Amino acid sequence: MKDIKDKRPPQTVPIQSATFSNPINAEIRRAAATGIYDIRGGGAKRRVPHFDDLLFLGASVSRYPLEGYREKCDTKVTLGTRFAKKPIELDIPITIAGMSFGALSGRAKEALGRGASAAGTSTTTGDGGMTPEERGHSTKLVYQYLPSRYGMNPDDLRKADAIEVVVGQGAKPGGGGMLLGQKISDRVAEMRNLPKGIDQRSACRHPDWTGPDDLEIKILELREITAWEKPIYVKVGGTRPYYDTALAVKAGADVVVLDGMQGGTAATQDVFIEHVGLPTLACIRPAVQALQDLGVHREVQLIVSGGIRSGADVAKAMALGADAVAIGTAALIALGDNDPHWEAEYQKLGTTAGAYDDWHEGLDPAGITTQDAELQKRLDPVEAGRHLRNYLSVMTLEAQTIARACGHNNLHNLEPEDLCALTMEAAAMARVPLAGTDWYPGKPGF
Amino acid sequence: MQTYDLQANSLRELNAALHAQTADTNQTAWEIVNPRGSHAIAVGLDAPIEVEVKGSTGYYCAGMNKQATVHVHGSAGPGVAENMMSGTVVIEGDASQYAGATGHGGLLVIKGNASSRCGISMKGIDIVVHGNVGHMSAFMAQSGNLVVCGDAGDALGDSIYEARLFVRGSVKSLGADCIEKEMRPEHLDILRDLLERAGSDAKPEEFKRYGSARQLYNFKVDNAY
Repeated sequence: MKDIKDKRPPQTVPIQSATFSNPINAEIRRAAATGIYDIRGGGAKRRVPHFDDLLFLGASVSRYPLEGYREKCDTKVTLGTRFAKKPIELDIPITIAGMSFGALSGRAKEALGRGASAAGTSTTTGDGGMTPEERGHSTKLVYQYLPSRYGMNPDDLRKADAIEVVVGQGAKPGGGGMLLGQKISDRVAEMRNLPKGIDQRSACRHPDWTGPDDLEIKILELREITAWEKPIYVKVGGTRPYYDTALAVKAGADVVVLDGMQGGTAATQDVFIEHVGLPTLACIRPAVQALQDLGVHREVQLIVSGGIRSGADVAKAMALGADAVAIGTAALIALGDNDPHWEAEYQKLGTTAGAYDDWHEGLDPAGITTQDAELQKRLDPVEAGRHLRNYLSVMTLEAQTIARACGHNNLHNLEPEDLCALTMEAAAMARVPLAGTDWYPGKPGF
Repeated sequence: MQTYDLQANSLRELNAALHAQTADTNQTAWEIVNPRGSHAIAVGLDAPIEVEVKGSTGYYCAGMNKQATVHVHGSAGPGVAENMMSGTVVIEGDASQYAGATGHGGLLVIKGNASSRCGISMKGIDIVVHGNVGHMSAFMAQSGNLVVCGDAGDALGDSIYEARLFVRGSVKSLGADCIEKEMRPEHLDILRDLLERAGSDAKPEEFKRYGSARQLYNFKVDNAY
């Protein structure tokens, strides 16, 4: 019998809707079945203009390069030179962003401290206080001062090398956080002064100050308690970078930390992560502009975070005016997060290596974003710390390679003139010319 | 007694001198005159000393206090005794917003009234207010005791965890997940002790107790707004 299909006219190819794509439809079905929004970790996964959309213009006839490998290219950075008696001096301009004990295991925090210290840079506490192993393994430790004030005490404040007042973060600017009960072990509960097993809400704003005038007085209090020794950072999520930077400076910050929407979180609503905030690339130039307008660029240091992955990203952020960068997600990957080695277990959790983001559930096969006693053992903090050290070293070498090729003997000498953009959007955000032109959208005179 | 005149000496000099005191110091009595609303007076103390402030203070007086007794003979600005760890802070007058915010321990006594958000996110501190407290007091209060001898404003104890609230007068409204609870003998004992230490002649039997219904402890979509 002849197949009936042979008699049919040519058919159209099934076309998936770009608007109602498979992932979108799956989310609609999931929402319809559960009645609850999706909570996950990590940062924005959507494609946004990023450092990949910028290229460096290496030296040519008009500029001469420095010899790769041999000629000096300084990477040191000093943070907190404005008011602090004891600024932080780092060997490399790549720091480890704040991540909490609670969100991460104690071993993971130890590994971050080991890797950062070996590379000559700082690590940062998170929402949950300072652990002895973190302090013990971190040569330079930044202590976050968060709205929840979990674990906050003056003794740890004085043990810190710097204090970071967290106003917001890029993954959820304007939002608080939630550490779900399954990650609240006895130790986490004790540090946070709350019962074991309950969901722990991290407030979205500070309990005892609102606005820049109050913040100025809060910073005064922190400086008085710590004898004006510690650099005071102010961390903001990228939304209004010009004004937030200017107000942080006005409030007395030594350092401004600016976190774009690709920056990760331990857990929040997916709709928040993907739809609130600015891409990191769009944050840097307005922040630098604010510092320049106030005459404090380089006096108040700018740390940029959110989607930094390579030495090229480091160099691009610094060329746009940052003094240093911070990494979070990339550091976790260096430790072993989302490693294909655990693919079979990711499959059991309904995901795959590289896409695992249910960090809040505490079931991390890599033993990093968990408080489960057995899973934690999978992470060797010494080996993981070594991996992080290696990764930081590679990023630094890559950034130096680019800087030398652009003719600079210091990473801080990179400048916007070293860059061009591949897209109109990136050109507009980074305020560097579209490749092959001398123009960017919004350029004065055009 | 050591006397510091904040019109003649800097805040930095004052706090540095107070920080220099150790557990076995002989200079246990300190007096601060002319505070005139200065901020961050006597913050971060960590010694068994007694500090008398002769006048009113600005923000964060006695912030993060440990061991010390700070007595303000006037009113206190926002965030008095914020994040206190131990010791005693007494305010003869009124206190502005966020009194005792996030405090982990010690006793804060406010002889007058306290404004909004008194005891916000408290984590073990005991607070006794002889007068009234404003709205959103004990918001997200985790542990410790808040005693209000007068009335409480709107949304008392919103999103409260395990802190105990005792109110003698009226409560304008209770916040989310805050309910009236049974006053058992052990609560009367706690209250009697706190009232005595705070110099209040109120009777424990005159108070009602409020605390968490524990319905918000684990996220449920029906609890979201």
